Amino acid sequence: MTEIRKPLLHVENLKQHFRISRKQVTKAVDGISFDIYEGETYGLVGESGSGKSTTGRAIIRLYDPTDGKIIFDGHDISGRLNKEDAAYLRTNMAMIFQDPMACLNPRKKVKQIIAEGLEIHHLCKDQAEIDEKVNNILDKVGLSREQATRFPHQFSGGQRQRVGIARALVMNPKLVIADECISALDVSIQAQVVNLMKDLQDELGTTYLFIAHDLSMVKYISDRIGVMHLGHIVETGTTDEIFENPIHPYTKSLLSAIPHPNPIVEKKRIAMTYNKDEMGVDYTAGHEHVLSETHKVLATDEEFARWTSES
Amino acid sequence: MAKFKRDKNERVLSIRDLNISFKTNFGVVRAIRGVRLDLFQGETVAIVGESGSGKSVTVKTMMGILDSNGSIDSGSILYRCIDKDGNTREFDLAKMSQKDIRYQLCGKHIAMVFQDPMTSLDPTMQIGKQIMEPMIEHGYADKKEAAEKALELLKEVGITEPEKTFKQYPHELSGGMRQRVVIAIALACDPDILICDEPTTALDVTIQAKILEKIKEIQVKKNISVIYITHDLGVVAKVADYVAVMYAGRIVEKGNINEVFYDPRHPYTWGLLSSMPDIDTDSDRLFAIPGSPPNLMEEVVGDAFAPRNPYALKIDYREEPPMFDVGGQHRVASWLCDPHAPKVEMPAELKVRIEKMKKEAGIND
Repeated sequence: MTEIRKPLLHVENLKQHFRISRKQVTKAVDGISFDIYEGETYGLVGESGSGKSTTGRAIIRLYDPTDGKIIFDGHDISGRLNKEDAAYLRTNMAMIFQDPMACLNPRKKVKQIIAEGLEIHHLCKDQAEIDEKVNNILDKVGLSREQATRFPHQFSGGQRQRVGIARALVMNPKLVIADECISALDVSIQAQVVNLMKDLQDELGTTYLFIAHDLSMVKYISDRIGVMHLGHIVETGTTDEIFENPIHPYTKSLLSAIPHPNPIVEKKRIAMTYNKDEMGVDYTAGHEHVLSETHKVLATDEEFARWTSES
Repeated sequence: MAKFKRDKNERVLSIRDLNISFKTNFGVVRAIRGVRLDLFQGETVAIVGESGSGKSVTVKTMMGILDSNGSIDSGSILYRCIDKDGNTREFDLAKMSQKDIRYQLCGKHIAMVFQDPMTSLDPTMQIGKQIMEPMIEHGYADKKEAAEKALELLKEVGITEPEKTFKQYPHELSGGMRQRVVIAIALACDPDILICDEPTTALDVTIQAKILEKIKEIQVKKNISVIYITHDLGVVAKVADYVAVMYAGRIVEKGNINEVFYDPRHPYTWGLLSSMPDIDTDSDRLFAIPGSPPNLMEEVVGDAFAPRNPYALKIDYREEPPMFDVGGQHRVASWLCDPHAPKVEMPAELKVRIEKMKKEAGIND
């Protein structure tokens, strides 16, 4: 591990609560901390309702975080944004959404969709420069230039997701938040999109926050993984640490739920269950236990001793 | 190894040379092109394929819920059942009107579980009522019996507090619970065939495994036949006895599960298996099938998979391959299996992976 790596994104004790009614508050994200280093891919996994998408949206400021600190490349982007920080955030962080049909304006041509960010932020001198940038990015994501004059409905699912990726990358952002960006695609297309994202990362050095519920895909793309459950990161570590030596029972149950394409083995296997209340796990009582520099588990002392002795 | 001998007398459903097309504003889409498939008593068949490969259309036809612009051009779907008096009765679903299918067979004999449990439940109706509804509609039970049976079904599908759930509305339940309720409704009239159309894609991985195990448990207990529609090969490996891989409206490879998974022959199946992320390997690139599925609006000449197939032969562009018998129950529609074809091995990476899978499973040959 390199020591001089500096975090591109530093999230500390981030909380995102939603007030449902006068008495009821949903704590979607309840105090999570993590760092993302430059040029790496951080995978955030968990079941639906675990707050992983909320985290992504709070970081890019689609929500106003309730509490906590988000420092992005030296700029504090939590709390009220001043003009410079807002401009910095909007041009250097981008998002790829889950459903490519829902996130592309059906009445705009692909070229306009991709160029929109460049135009709004006045990043180009003239139309020719915009065209050049759009054409470059289209080449990179594997779409032809003729396709730029088409509308989103004229593309297949995989191609639409490529448009979504092109739109996110055209500003040359430092951090891209990919929120379940492959879940809506077919298996054979998923692999294409994941490979494309990896190639682009090698070429442009972009950092990804990759949000997904499919652990096997996350393994392919991520350098480090954070496992979320009910608004807490219960375990974080490098991909190898999480897969080779999972400590938290929730991580173990997630790993055991991955289906293997091996009929004889798969038929006999019974997935592990994890029930927080039955096991008496209280996330708010636990604190972070450090196994190694990168591998951390959220647990109370007693739980930690039990889980480590089990494995 | 095969659990099912596939005895002719126990066939509940046989699809023969089915052709279905849709009329659209832009022309005729030939969605199903000559499908042939059998389903036997107590067996689980999985139909695998990408979206648009025609897997959902095939089962929708059986349920009589084909879209109004679709038409069955030729072929037959024979459904065989034993009625109350012990006589064997046969229905040709391809010849029956949609209305007849829905009155006589749907629910009672063939039931279906849909992908999204929220859209297949009535949001304004209590759970218990929704389970009772088919039983009462089909004259299966009176109100009191139906209520008792509904509670029993809720318990059967693994809901811990059936009495409480009985009075709840769909929005009060979690996704996994809702899907369990949908399964309970499907099982209400003791069908012979249960069709599950992507039953777990809308659910989390942890719940997915539970639901699949539940369906399996019920299937064994009631000895019903199940058809799974899915694109997830992991799910197929877990549940299926027999697999049919569909591509562009045709079945390109079928066979019992071990044949297809441990000895795949069609390049498309190779591609599907290799593009599955494998958590045990360290390679950091995923294999991807290049290109995208063909547009069925245009006439397909030759093998529909040929343009995406690195192993395509010249004949693949001219003539459609027939089904080749490659031993056992294994059938493959690829010219590579023709005796005159050059010998082509599956990709080396996949071979390594399958060898490893075999070792884990404890088979050696």
